[in-house]
Amino acid sequence: MDIPRHWRLKKQRYALVGEVCDHCDSKVFPPRDICPDCGEEAKTLYSFSGKGEVYSYTKVFEAPAGFDENAPYTVAMVKLEEGPLVTAQLTDLDESNLEIGMPVEMVTRKLRSATDERGMLVYGYKFRPVMA
Amino acid sequence: MTENSKLLQPENPVGIIGYGAYVPKYRLPATEVSKVWTDGVGGLPVVEKSVPGIDEDVVTMSIEAARNAMNRARIDVSEVRAVWVGSESHPYAVKPTSTIVAEAIGAVPNTQAADWEFACKAGTEAMVAAMGLVGSKMAKYAIAIGMDTAQGRPGDPLEYTAAAGGAAFVIGPADEALAEIECTYSFVTDTPDFWRRAYQKYPEHGHRFTGEPAYFKHVTEAAKYMLETSETKAEDYAYVVFHQPNAKFPQTVGKQLGFTPEQIKTGLLVSEIGNTYSGAAIIGLTAILDEAKPGDRILMVSYGSGAGSDAMILKVTDQIDDRRKNAPSTRSYISRRKEIDYATYARMRGKLTMK
Repeated sequence: MDIPRHWRLKKQRYALVGEVCDHCDSKVFPPRDICPDCGEEAKTLYSFSGKGEVYSYTKVFEAPAGFDENAPYTVAMVKLEEGPLVTAQLTDLDESNLEIGMPVEMVTRKLRSATDERGMLVYGYKFRPVMA
Repeated sequence: MTENSKLLQPENPVGIIGYGAYVPKYRLPATEVSKVWTDGVGGLPVVEKSVPGIDEDVVTMSIEAARNAMNRARIDVSEVRAVWVGSESHPYAVKPTSTIVAEAIGAVPNTQAADWEFACKAGTEAMVAAMGLVGSKMAKYAIAIGMDTAQGRPGDPLEYTAAAGGAAFVIGPADEALAEIECTYSFVTDTPDFWRRAYQKYPEHGHRFTGEPAYFKHVTEAAKYMLETSETKAEDYAYVVFHQPNAKFPQTVGKQLGFTPEQIKTGLLVSEIGNTYSGAAIIGLTAILDEAKPGDRILMVSYGSGAGSDAMILKVTDQIDDRRKNAPSTRSYISRRKEIDYATYARMRGKLTMK
């Protein structure tokens, strides 16, 4: 049963809500309550700006279950301007412009249906090229 | 105002604190539809229409429009007391779109949340309700959204125009507004020009019956009463925007009411993005707010099948110049354009049977 997991993750998925370390000011995503930089407790919520750049990317043709409707699609590691690296799909892409270092911004999109067409819809962050 | 007015006017003046538009990136030229279904013969109601991406729906589009509206409003989201989404394409039959939107923008949990439905005027219905909530001082701010990913049966005349897009508005006290909403008037009758029955994928419509007794009757009555009762004339308005199911209807009704093409053109987006249903009149309003000057008066008249019109008079304030730069303009969404062919459209809109 996936419902509790999707429900628990909604804030980070919908709006890139992570944490900030009160000790060293590191921004933490995904939230894990412990600062990966200084090892101290980091529980203060922090909303990321959603701006970042493509750190690396690949194109998925054989999609895992639940994502096959979207295939082929591009998955990237995105370096957020606050520091953390997140893995997410890219969307609204003009592939001719895709390159490492491309500026991107977070958008909330439909990720998949949790099961079949009767299941709950799962929404979350993707990144698109920054709008001019 | 004249006596015994049927206008809806809040006791405390209200207005638009922030506005935001959204249009998906993809465009289906009308020639692609005619190539498949009519051998390319016959007139076309629009040049092209917007198509939602495979990962977009009314939830995701409303979230982006609401974020744009909040960026312009520059208010604390904890002061928002209602998030209302008007649409005829809510992703769930049962489960609110509005709670997902409210969660994504951080407006939960101290807020009203509900989905509105009145064919193409669900967005202005939500706006009028927000005026009441704010105008009675039950709430300081309310967010009203009109957004659709409209459905068109393959080969039906509506397939040329049924598009995706819309707008969000933060409604609040007039002294904080970038445009005051002076008054509104609703004209509603039972007129069966267009409907979609439960469990049906595509709507049905009354062909020519959607014109005179439906669109023209309601838009004209609402606009005429509004002008007469507010003792204003067409020339008192810098801009006018109507519901726009195609390019012809709003231009015809505008001319009949005495408006010039110059007053109509800024808010007339249908040729470029199609009919965005609950979003159609109000996204035209956002394009107007992107260029209006303080003191400009705007008349907006929506139309929803079934049937009714909401007319609104707005007056732009000197706060507009400072706010509008805080989010992408409606034109920037329209120019963000990727043309697709009919086969890609059929896949993106789920028109291919997979099992």
